[in-house]
Amino acid sequence: MAKKEQTAAVGTIDAKIPEGPLAEKWTNYKAHQKLVNPANKRRLDIIVVGTGLAGASAAASLAEMGFNVLNFCIQDSPRRAHSIAAQGGINAAKNYPNDGDSVYRLFYDTIKGGDYRAREANVYRLAEVSNNIIDQCVAQGVPFARDYGGLLDNRSFGGAQVSRTFYARGQTGQQLLLGAYSALSRQVGRGQVKLYTRYEMLDIVVIEGRARGIIARNLVTGRIERFFAHAVVVGSGGYGNTFFLSTNAMASNGSAAMQMYRKGAYFANPCYAQIHPTCIPVHGDYQSKLTLMSESLRNDGRIWVPKKKEDAEAIRAGKLKPTDIKEEDRDYYLERRYPAFGNLVPRDVASRAAKERCDAGYGVGSTGLAVYLDFADAINRLGEDVVRARYGNLFQMYEKIVDDNPYKTPMMIYPAIHYTMGGIWVDYELQTSVKGLFCIGEANFSDHGANRLGASALMQGLADGYFVLPYTIQNYLADQIQVPRMSVDLPEFIEAEKGVTDKIKRVMGIQGKRSVDSIHRELGLVMWDFVGMARNKAGLEEALEKIKAIRKEFWTNVYVPGTDMELNVELEKALRLSDFIEIAELMARDALLREESCGGHFREEHQTEDGEALRDDEHFAYVSCWKYTGEGNEPELLKEPLNYEFVQRQQRNYKA
Amino acid sequence: MDKTINVTLKVWRQAGPKAKGHFETYKLDNISTDASFLEMMDILNEKLINERKEPVAFDHDCREGICGMCSLYINGHPHGPDSEITTCQLHMRKFKDGETITIEPWRSAGFPVIKDLMVDRSAYDKIMQAGGFISVTTGGVPDGNAIPIPKDKADEAMDAAACIGCGACAAACKNGSAMLFVSAKVSQLALLPQGRVEAKRRVKAMLSKMDELGFGNCTNTGACAAECPKAISITHIARLNREFIKAKLSD
Repeated sequence: MAKKEQTAAVGTIDAKIPEGPLAEKWTNYKAHQKLVNPANKRRLDIIVVGTGLAGASAAASLAEMGFNVLNFCIQDSPRRAHSIAAQGGINAAKNYPNDGDSVYRLFYDTIKGGDYRAREANVYRLAEVSNNIIDQCVAQGVPFARDYGGLLDNRSFGGAQVSRTFYARGQTGQQLLLGAYSALSRQVGRGQVKLYTRYEMLDIVVIEGRARGIIARNLVTGRIERFFAHAVVVGSGGYGNTFFLSTNAMASNGSAAMQMYRKGAYFANPCYAQIHPTCIPVHGDYQSKLTLMSESLRNDGRIWVPKKKEDAEAIRAGKLKPTDIKEEDRDYYLERRYPAFGNLVPRDVASRAAKERCDAGYGVGSTGLAVYLDFADAINRLGEDVVRARYGNLFQMYEKIVDDNPYKTPMMIYPAIHYTMGGIWVDYELQTSVKGLFCIGEANFSDHGANRLGASALMQGLADGYFVLPYTIQNYLADQIQVPRMSVDLPEFIEAEKGVTDKIKRVMGIQGKRSVDSIHRELGLVMWDFVGMARNKAGLEEALEKIKAIRKEFWTNVYVPGTDMELNVELEKALRLSDFIEIAELMARDALLREESCGGHFREEHQTEDGEALRDDEHFAYVSCWKYTGEGNEPELLKEPLNYEFVQRQQRNYKA
Repeated sequence: MDKTINVTLKVWRQAGPKAKGHFETYKLDNISTDASFLEMMDILNEKLINERKEPVAFDHDCREGICGMCSLYINGHPHGPDSEITTCQLHMRKFKDGETITIEPWRSAGFPVIKDLMVDRSAYDKIMQAGGFISVTTGGVPDGNAIPIPKDKADEAMDAAACIGCGACAAACKNGSAMLFVSAKVSQLALLPQGRVEAKRRVKAMLSKMDELGFGNCTNTGACAAECPKAISITHIARLNREFIKAKLSD
């Protein structure tokens, strides 16, 4: 047996990490785990919620193995999932460029990039399967970029000194998702996956301590429906939209996570949110979302602000253009502060550095909340055609939004909420603290620690869905082969459905004065101001008060038009916002508790003299796991210690 | 910055798939020209909600031109007057002060209206399920560099693969044909050695499903490619036709 039997007492955290040397754990696990034979697979049903990289790859892989899969998505097609918007690329330790990469180095960079707050065993496994992902995608027909010899091309991303990022122009996420979608479509065509589009899960059904199904709303008819399965897998993405403005899609939400949390799954490290340094700055109070400009641009773009405050002021007033600023009057602050990594420092470092310059009065754009990303050097060095071939679609996207030509004038960028490293706690098998309930992709907390490196989200989503979950779930299902399909008329299903319909009635019945969006915007501002790039005790305490007030405002003054038994977008948004408010509170609570700075979590009280994040390994080298204790009650904090056996924790250094 | 315009909107309202639809007229003042078209729609909906009226239902999600969910027919063009972008990337600076803007759903036999501006595009999923894939299962595949692919072929496959499945091609086509969509996938996979193995079966299966679902035939008007937000070239339809003839001849 690779895993220890779960004999631990209730309340302690057992991650079920297999014994043995780091490089052998996953191999050992697979060699000794329980499997389900083909005849029994046919008797087992699995619900997969979500059709992004993690959900679609899991649903397809499980169906290929012979399980019956029910796959749900809130959009009109699985191909719309927000993984599609990932631009830059996917990491793998292939070492095709012969620049010294290896599984260990990818593991090490990821652990270090995450500021030593991820599990060693999980991250090593991620690095280990990364190469299989590339092979799988190529076999599916993913048109990765190639060089003239016909072999796969690579580029560099933040936090690495090797080129290990595979890409398909500036739309890698799209191509990988379409690969997974095609594999999924094949299984839908075979009848092995039953696809439910425009369905939203509204609760998980737990019977005798095990996840046995879900309650979902048909978004077109409004009907509430019950679905049974022997296991439930959730790949519902992150909760970045708590901030209202983020790079997430409009429908991306944290409600699936909150449903798991309320059924007993721990919410881990909610305060770890990634702020991406290169997004198009906010331009108006009607703004609905923020657009990312890929990190890959930092391969060739140089980030700067004026050296002199008066130049910055003149630019803000529209009296000077960036091209008027002489070379010696420009401050390439990332190259200045971090000579070893330059413009390719990790995202958290780059974001804070931009904020530091803007707060100090050197910001550009009409608001002063922007810095330049300049391609003049690259265009001189490589020619405009080469730059266009590498980044053409991103430049076009920028031009359409901003109405400015980035081939001629530098882009303006500013940090924005992009990804959430925190999420539902899972053990090594990707199982939550509820038996039979699994969580994959961005929705779980597992691999990125306190900061995710660029091009690692795609890697993790596909690793979980193609190569990890389809194995580990069998170790659970092997004990379930005698369990017959259950009726959805069991009391647990009826009770869960009643909870859902009661909540809908309550929301519809408020009939207050404010639209869902107006309250969500208010919540987003509180989050950005107090739980954003820089946090402190007083601000977080204030945020908790303000979130309480927003919760009260929502439950007494929101207005949802129409009825619940029809397509009702405002109702969908209202239900999601009710959960975002709870997530916001968890984030602030977690950020307040974590009295250190690590990765994306920056507490102003804890920084080095030159403004770098200052970790406290003695007191905070653990995963915060929040356990739900009932509505209106304070959640209970449990800790999973992060014992590093193989890597020495260090102060992250991208300077030399 | 901060330039604003006033616009009149004529918006298609339809309560459900079987209900009779009609145009409603709305006036919006002081819309920033930096706002995106969908942000303008958000402003309209906020106004309607505040007036206790039912907001306009429309599909949208990523709002950065890649998910393919947004699908508005604006002033007679899928995704509006600008070229090579989706509705969500269209900005109000493309409209004049005082302009009347007509907003309709995709109109195509293959895409029935669900509500207002929202249509059912599950037919595209069904075409994909019929053959828009390479039949490989997870694991057991060769190394990614085992089969070199000439750069020009890989690049052309990528051009085709850029399709976002939004449905603008069928909405623009007077025959309601989905040929550009189908050809993009057929062409992408036919260009790659991995996809050649099943090329014949794929092209026949996808075309036959397209016909079955009520999409029309291609008569080479080129409206699809002209309106495609991702500039998918009509040459992919030519390749699809060649692939189809080859497949039929070898039957």
